[in-house]
Amino acid sequence: MTPIEKVEGRAIPLGLKNVDTDVIIPAHWLKTTTREGMGKGAFESLRADPGNLFDRPENKGAPILIAGDNFGCGSSREHAAWALGDLGIRVVIAPSYSDIFSGNAVKNGILPVVLPQAAIDRLMEVAETDPIHVDLDTQTVTTPFQDRFAFEIDPFRKMCLLEGLDEISLTEKSGAAIDAYEKKLDAERPWMRPAA
Amino acid sequence: MTRPRTLYEKIWDAHVVERRADGTCLIFIDRHLVHEVTSPQAFAGLRAAGRTVRRPDLTLAVPDHNLPTTPRRDAAGNKLPIADPESAAQLAALEKNAPDFGIRYIDATAPEQGIVHVVGPELGFSLPGTTIVCGDSHTACHGGIGALAFGIGTSEVEHVLATQTLLLQPAKTMEVRVEGDVGPGVSAKDIILHITGTIGAAGGTGHVIEYTGSAIRALSIEGRLTISNMAIEGGARAGLIAPDAVTFAYLKGRPYAPKGADWDAAVEYWKSLATDPGATYDKVVVIDAADIAPSVTWGTSPEDVVPITGVVPDPASFADPSKQAAAAKSLAYMGLEPGTRMQDVAIENIFIGSCTNSRIEDMRAAAAVIKGRKKAGNVKWAIVVPGSGLVKAQAEAEGLDRIFIEAGLEWREPGCSACLAMNPDKVPAGERCASTSNRNFVGRQGPGSRTHLVSPAMAAAAAVTGRLTDVRELMA
Ligand code: SF4
Repeated sequence: MTPIEKVEGRAIPLGLKNVDTDVIIPAHWLKTTTREGMGKGAFESLRADPGNLFDRPENKGAPILIAGDNFGCGSSREHAAWALGDLGIRVVIAPSYSDIFSGNAVKNGILPVVLPQAAIDRLMEVAETDPIHVDLDTQTVTTPFQDRFAFEIDPFRKMCLLEGLDEISLTEKSGAAIDAYEKKLDAERPWMRPAA
Repeated sequence: MTRPRTLYEKIWDAHVVERRADGTCLIFIDRHLVHEVTSPQAFAGLRAAGRTVRRPDLTLAVPDHNLPTTPRRDAAGNKLPIADPESAAQLAALEKNAPDFGIRYIDATAPEQGIVHVVGPELGFSLPGTTIVCGDSHTACHGGIGALAFGIGTSEVEHVLATQTLLLQPAKTMEVRVEGDVGPGVSAKDIILHITGTIGAAGGTGHVIEYTGSAIRALSIEGRLTISNMAIEGGARAGLIAPDAVTFAYLKGRPYAPKGADWDAAVEYWKSLATDPGATYDKVVVIDAADIAPSVTWGTSPEDVVPITGVVPDPASFADPSKQAAAAKSLAYMGLEPGTRMQDVAIENIFIGSCTNSRIEDMRAAAAVIKGRKKAGNVKWAIVVPGSGLVKAQAEAEGLDRIFIEAGLEWREPGCSACLAMNPDKVPAGERCASTSNRNFVGRQGPGSRTHLVSPAMAAAAAVTGRLTDVRELMA
């Protein structure tokens, strides 16, 4: 997983509340075999509109998405985080998220920043014309106009994102303990291995 | 010295690799079952990160969800392609991923192929006291032989492939005790439908359910797998039944089960797993087996259960206002009026199969009712889908396939089939199906499909009468 410390760039000022996982990635994308390429299906219904925010030239490859309350509600599909990542989004800024979505986002190297609606309103305004700067280390979002918003984040999640640790990398740090467990298991209960 | 522990606690304790400060534990996974639908992204993730499968020897892959249940080879023995391109792509991905990562793979045309939860116990790959995971919520099934088994998401599938562990919080424990003898015509499926109706679809949320009591002890392994399969319908991620002599007799000699001195050591260990006298559960529910009738669902939640002798309930009869609203919505979807006798509900489709009820005993129970009878004229579609190639072969050796075919039912190749609308076997919109599967959700068997969950004998009875029927009336 790519670590996140500072992300600077265009922010897509979506602003909508209750963006559910069906909006982020419609169900028919669930019969696929890869995580990659899911950016094509991201926000499919919104992008059917030719003048949509996502396909404006200045927003191509924008690393930040700004949304309203309860972003990522609905089904538990991890495809939503995959789709955002594939679209190039590294940071979402919203007043609140569904629990499952924010967990899935962090698992996939996407930072869910929580800021109050007033800050969101201001950032939406800036995003129309200028880049936004997110610093995970100092937990701040800043703009070229002296705006500075501090945000909170769970220390464990912060550590995972800063170090680019997915859960697998974290568990791999316990490799010695797993080795020891396997050794003990083979000694005490050798019959646990499938016989054939 | 140690405090008395439940079966769940013993299995949990034996699998802790590391305990974190907040109580979360890194748990070792003994068996990982993989199918075609929830694994492709996990393998892609391993590839992207340059990772390998830590323990391919503990992993078994078999396709089941997407496969059509029509013949898989033509008359000349050539493999037939799958028409749906997305299903074909998922199958092709598994066919490639398994050998690429060194995992045992059971091909769609192999004699052992079948529904992953039928295959695991049948091959002795699933064993008592093990932890078993699969990217599928009905992994709970394997609890019937005393394994701690539960479904996981795709990221967790990748995590297990890479590390053979999962980071988990311990669950609460719940005992569901069924005491006494069940009456004639009452099967394991009726017991678990009755339990689900009693505790509710969220009754076991946050818990692992251990099924105990003389009525559970009296069940065969097939019946116990049926019970544990539906732990998830009662909200529990896993179900458990303590392994005993019945379990050991079932597993002995199966290909992946321990052999010789290993077998003896294993049995000795398995015997030590039963819940200690004096151990306590967080929640206990006691059910009198004599209260259980052949059962059937009327709505779109597996908790919507009534005895076959009952009637469609009036939504107003529920105390909880949200349940009243849900029941009214269910009845509209199901096209049923309150007060209708369940036995007056006509049925157009019959599905005998799924990981809940597709084992040899289920085939025998259905055949016993069908034998010498004919499918009713109003039944348009009636399929019997054995859970695995081995079940199919056994049933054919016993002549059960002939009984079904002569009665006008179809005898299919193994797979998930009409349990979920992911392969060509679907129930048409607005039509009813008496189904031996586990979920009666809106659209589960196809958009607009109306599912009535029943036992294999009850499905067979509906096939010959064309309506939901009390199987006891057809028993000699
Ligand atoms: S038979 Fe049904 S419940 Fe069982 S694994 Fe297949 S789809 Fe899931």
